[in-house]
Amino acid sequence: MTTGVHITQGTFSYLPELDDDEIRAQIQYGIDNGWAVAIEYTDDPHPRNIYWDMWGMPMFDIEDAAAGLHEVNRCREAFSNHYIKVSLYNRKLTKQSIALQFLVNRPQHEPGFRLERQEGSNRAVQYTLTSYAADRPHGERYSSDGPDASR
Amino acid sequence: MAQGNGSETKRDRFLAGVIPYKEMGYWRPDYEPEDTDIIAAFRITPQSGVDPEEAAAAVAGESSTATWTVVWTDQLTAYENYQAKAYKVTPVPGADPPQWIAYIAYKLDLFEEGSIPNLTSSIIGNVFGFKALRALRLEDLRIPQAYLKTFQGPPHGIIQEREMINKFGRPLLGATTKPKLGLSPRNYGRVVYEALRGGLDFVKDDENTNSQPFNRWRERFLYCMEAVHRAMEQTGEVKGHYLNVTASTMEEMYERAEFAKELGSVIIMIDLTIGFTAMQSMSKWARANSMLLHLHRAGHSTYTRQKNHGVNFRVLAKWCRMIGVDHIHAGTVVGKLEGDPNAVSGYYKTCTDDFNKQDAALGFYFDQDWIHMPGVMPVASGGIHAGQMHQLLHYLGEDVVLQFGGGTIGHPMGVSAGATANRVATEVMIKARNEGRDIMREGPDILRTAAKKSPELDSAIETWGDISFEFESTDTPDVIETPTPVA
Repeated sequence: MTTGVHITQGTFSYLPELDDDEIRAQIQYGIDNGWAVAIEYTDDPHPRNIYWDMWGMPMFDIEDAAAGLHEVNRCREAFSNHYIKVSLYNRKLTKQSIALQFLVNRPQHEPGFRLERQEGSNRAVQYTLTSYAADRPHGERYSSDGPDASR
Repeated sequence: MAQGNGSETKRDRFLAGVIPYKEMGYWRPDYEPEDTDIIAAFRITPQSGVDPEEAAAAVAGESSTATWTVVWTDQLTAYENYQAKAYKVTPVPGADPPQWIAYIAYKLDLFEEGSIPNLTSSIIGNVFGFKALRALRLEDLRIPQAYLKTFQGPPHGIIQEREMINKFGRPLLGATTKPKLGLSPRNYGRVVYEALRGGLDFVKDDENTNSQPFNRWRERFLYCMEAVHRAMEQTGEVKGHYLNVTASTMEEMYERAEFAKELGSVIIMIDLTIGFTAMQSMSKWARANSMLLHLHRAGHSTYTRQKNHGVNFRVLAKWCRMIGVDHIHAGTVVGKLEGDPNAVSGYYKTCTDDFNKQDAALGFYFDQDWIHMPGVMPVASGGIHAGQMHQLLHYLGEDVVLQFGGGTIGHPMGVSAGATANRVATEVMIKARNEGRDIMREGPDILRTAAKKSPELDSAIETWGDISFEFESTDTPDVIETPTPVA
């Protein structure tokens, strides 16, 4: 169980964390629909951070979800304290977009976000959301990653 | 006298006086519609004694070039081109008084490019008050590709909306703030915050939440956007509130929309009551300002509900997709408002699909090719709750906004818990469906199992599990003898 703020991006964030079998079943659903499997990770979960880092190329031609789960687990080993998500991508004409996306890994501690209010005239406020983690350089953003371990 | 089969002589046709529409060239049983024609299917109920072919011809005439008497000035034009052509009438089985479906083709020359007001002024204009008919209903309208391409459609559409708000593979969840009238802006914002923080993606102003003395628009916008941003901070998700900019003038609507933009909203809302021209203007504004546009179909039932007269909602949905809105309310199947399951399914396909194949059961009289115009996200709202999640997903699919107003705000543990219950139910049902389970059969079990780990869902099922609204629909496609039962 992680501590801090439980961010709820992705389709299954309100359910208990998916186990490997459950992850495999969702990936298989995508494969059966002809969708590609993509794995991405980040240390900045800002809701408008669209471009997470890609764990290799999307897998366009796999037939068995085990191959997808294998890559999920390799990514988890390499980035155990990052957010990792699986995207299933539908290339069909008129879709050409992500068809399902869900988180498969979170940092042990999720520091969440700071909401800054820049007060304008007539009480109109400009809001800015910042990931607390992004206050630190890459590689130092979560407690077990480096210098901030003592936090 | 000529028989109205196209063989009448020019001399007969232009004798001064009143002659049957059939004999003026509006009844053309030999006519084969061209790919560029707009084709309408009208349900006609003639006055007793009126020949259905003559009635169909009259509809063609009155919705195109005709007036009540012969005018010599027609001869200054290539009138055969501009006359609409009734080419087929088919009786509606079992209708009493007798009804027919009349098929009428219109040349594209008759319509201004990119103008729904112009299209509708012809096709549902004067003709609907025509005395020779007891009733008239526009059932479907085939929009040719050539005309469709003069419209840009939704400012964003389903795909762009999902990419903008970063939510994929499940229905979006919303709620209408309740009570819709009476709350102060500050209290109103509290409901918005709790619902978004608990797990909804959107909260919504209601159609008549505009700028009343107890809740002026500017104050409401300020509090609602504070709520939206606070909920984003708490969840790390993009959240939105449909800020209703409906007002009495375009100037006022633009002012409200600009303020919504200034505060960082991703979505604004309009009511159908503002009219087609205002809708087209707001669509253009929404595209230019990267703002999602939600349409509440306030007032539509005054002309879409009765089976014998008015405009079928599927036609209105087509017009709205062409006008360009990102969301449209399209019925619920299982909720408190009118809607036969097959008919509602047809409305949804009209909003979302790229090609609607002719299908009597769904109420499609024609093939409609949308030539890749983006889809409109349908919204299901009115008397739905978490306990129906399997049915909602089965009937409505995942490209839909499920609006749980009472089903969120009326939750015994509070607004936030109500929102969480809906979100848990949605996610667990998507998960089960993707795992290959039969959700229509196992749905209640799936929900009960999930509720063991979610006190919010448990309480929702306890409160509303047995609520359903089983009334027969007043409007059903003709091939269905009785309304389709909802399991």
